[in-house]
Amino acid sequence: MANELSEVQRSLIGKQNKKGQTYTDPQHLFFEAPRTAAFFTGSEVIKEAIRRASVDVMVAYPITPQSEAAALIGELYAAGYVADYMRGESEFAVMGQCAGAAFGGARVFTTTAGPGTMRAFENFPMWVGSRLPIQVIVTCRGINSPLSIQPDTLEMYFLLGTGMLVWHAETAQDFYDWILKAYIVAEQPDVHLPIAVCCDGFFVTHTKDTVMLTPPDMCLPPYDPYRSPVPCMDMETPPVRMMRDPFIMKSNYISYMTHASWQEETRGACERSRKHTIPMIGGLIETENVDAEILIVASGTAVSQGREAIRLLEDEGMRVGLVKIKALRPFPYEEIREATKNAKHIFVPEFNVIGWLAQEIKAAIPDNHRVIAGPHVAGGMTMPSEVIVEEIHKALGQHVTTLAGRGS
Amino acid sequence: MSKEKIQICPEFYDIMPPEYRDLVEQATYGKEGRGWKDIGQSKELIEDHSLCAGCPESMAFRYILASLPNPEDTVMVGSTGCTSLVFPHVAVHNIHSLFGNQNAIASGLKRALSVRFPGRIKDVVVLAGDGATVDIGLDMTLQAWFRQEKFTTICFDNELYANTGGQESGLMRKGFVAKMAPMGKTFEKVKLPEIARESGCAYVVNCTVSKPSLVEKVIRNAVLIAREIGPTYLQLYTPCILEIGKNSMEGLQEMRDSEKPGERFQYKEFMTDEAKKFLADMEAQKKQPAALAQA
Repeated sequence: MANELSEVQRSLIGKQNKKGQTYTDPQHLFFEAPRTAAFFTGSEVIKEAIRRASVDVMVAYPITPQSEAAALIGELYAAGYVADYMRGESEFAVMGQCAGAAFGGARVFTTTAGPGTMRAFENFPMWVGSRLPIQVIVTCRGINSPLSIQPDTLEMYFLLGTGMLVWHAETAQDFYDWILKAYIVAEQPDVHLPIAVCCDGFFVTHTKDTVMLTPPDMCLPPYDPYRSPVPCMDMETPPVRMMRDPFIMKSNYISYMTHASWQEETRGACERSRKHTIPMIGGLIETENVDAEILIVASGTAVSQGREAIRLLEDEGMRVGLVKIKALRPFPYEEIREATKNAKHIFVPEFNVIGWLAQEIKAAIPDNHRVIAGPHVAGGMTMPSEVIVEEIHKALGQHVTTLAGRGS
Repeated sequence: MSKEKIQICPEFYDIMPPEYRDLVEQATYGKEGRGWKDIGQSKELIEDHSLCAGCPESMAFRYILASLPNPEDTVMVGSTGCTSLVFPHVAVHNIHSLFGNQNAIASGLKRALSVRFPGRIKDVVVLAGDGATVDIGLDMTLQAWFRQEKFTTICFDNELYANTGGQESGLMRKGFVAKMAPMGKTFEKVKLPEIARESGCAYVVNCTVSKPSLVEKVIRNAVLIAREIGPTYLQLYTPCILEIGKNSMEGLQEMRDSEKPGERFQYKEFMTDEAKKFLADMEAQKKQPAALAQA
């Protein structure tokens, strides 16, 4: 069964915490509880989600565009919704402080962006190997050099190899729901991995959107650290002679084998998360009109821009389908192969110069010459839907009307 | 953890290794007044070690583990280096994370344990080498002290990076020749005990591990003060006999030579008034039952 709770967690359902919130079964909370509309920025959405998330420890550090969100969690702490909160001294330190808290059995939350993600980076594979189900929200922004605070998904490319679960929210609604759902999936004993819930900086964090919120007096059941597949470091279980990651200092076959099998296990844990993620967020992808010959496949804000482009093309009488990718890790190989099987032209608009999503898709499907990696924007440039339309026209050898064109 | 949790399942008792049976039956978890004198008469909390024969770190490890006031509720945090080779053999939960981040890990760990076990003893003890403490981890070491995080930081100071072959570290003496300092270190040994005092540590000691009774005393003080008052720091000289060209038998004399009056590891302690009062009160309480008995 997917997304189960432990006996300890189930015994708390219906009980109240010290803020008078009721621990609620996640299935009821996400899919049945009444919702109220609110008009919030993405930063405020993070606050509202964490208010309901029974988080034990949050460590904060300023970096644009997540500073507001990180400070808002401080307000939640002052009001008693988060048990412990502090400002760390650098993202590298913050992610270590998060790790320490998770080792000690706490449900942990943090946020970062761009250069902060890069600063923190050594921690991410360590979190994975240590099986720490920490949630880090990544509000994607440009990476030096040159310096840019603007939206850019370049950092997600680096996250893909860490072994963490990686989800990419398009809208504030995605964001709200997934922040809560992330803990339920990540804390499953057969998963028990850190998760990066990504959104595009400014586009999601700083714009207001209508979000349907669950009741504020309903919260997630708390984390049960004894569901972890490795011992919690709290000296409440007998000390075994190992550390959280098996310490392989010998240069012999057994040590290499142990290291390799530990790595395979964490990769397996990511694969095992599929069966929990799919019912929780409604599939790893969403599709519209994938019988069309032309598809736009995207994640994050590029999906929103893709929707607009599809509307413009519809006005011109062209039928274009859409694939919204929600989870990058685990990567939806089968779903993408199925969704793209009819397409002759697969456009992958991205807010980064590498085109990492197009690379992922090309590696997943047959006849990958069908994939057109673009358009790409970077450094904070927006991606007007007209730019996507122009890319599609150009690729199809069609007449292109732009100011930069040669004229008719 | 209640000592009752350290049990062997009866069905498996006969197939458990003798080391584990010994640990359950003879280890001094939960023993009042446990200390260095238990070594050799009870099961130590360190099984074996793969360090060099005669390594002062290995001596220090034994004294420290024998002297922790409540090992059944102590979690240790280490870092990469020679000490990390010993931790797989240590019978308290311990965490190896990234080089230099030990005080960040310990900060988060202590906070989580305080949230989850309010009012209960859960000691966090950091044990790392000089490279991890003063170079790559300096920012996190100091910031944990600035924030007044309640845990003990122990630095095994062998004045270089021993495990990687003997490179210069911040705690190496000026002029000493080592790898990456082929013409001798160009700047002074970092005054970390003084920096610890200025950074907000409530109790700081700089000494060698030549006397087990002294190690026992400073460990107990450091852990108990960190529990109640604020961060504590112990800089312990554990010379790398390999890198200073000595043999197995000569480590002890090296330490004795370095702690003579005027030498760099002469015993040095700093403590806040609050810590001083705390220790004085503790002494007075210990003497009280004896005084009553005499009366």
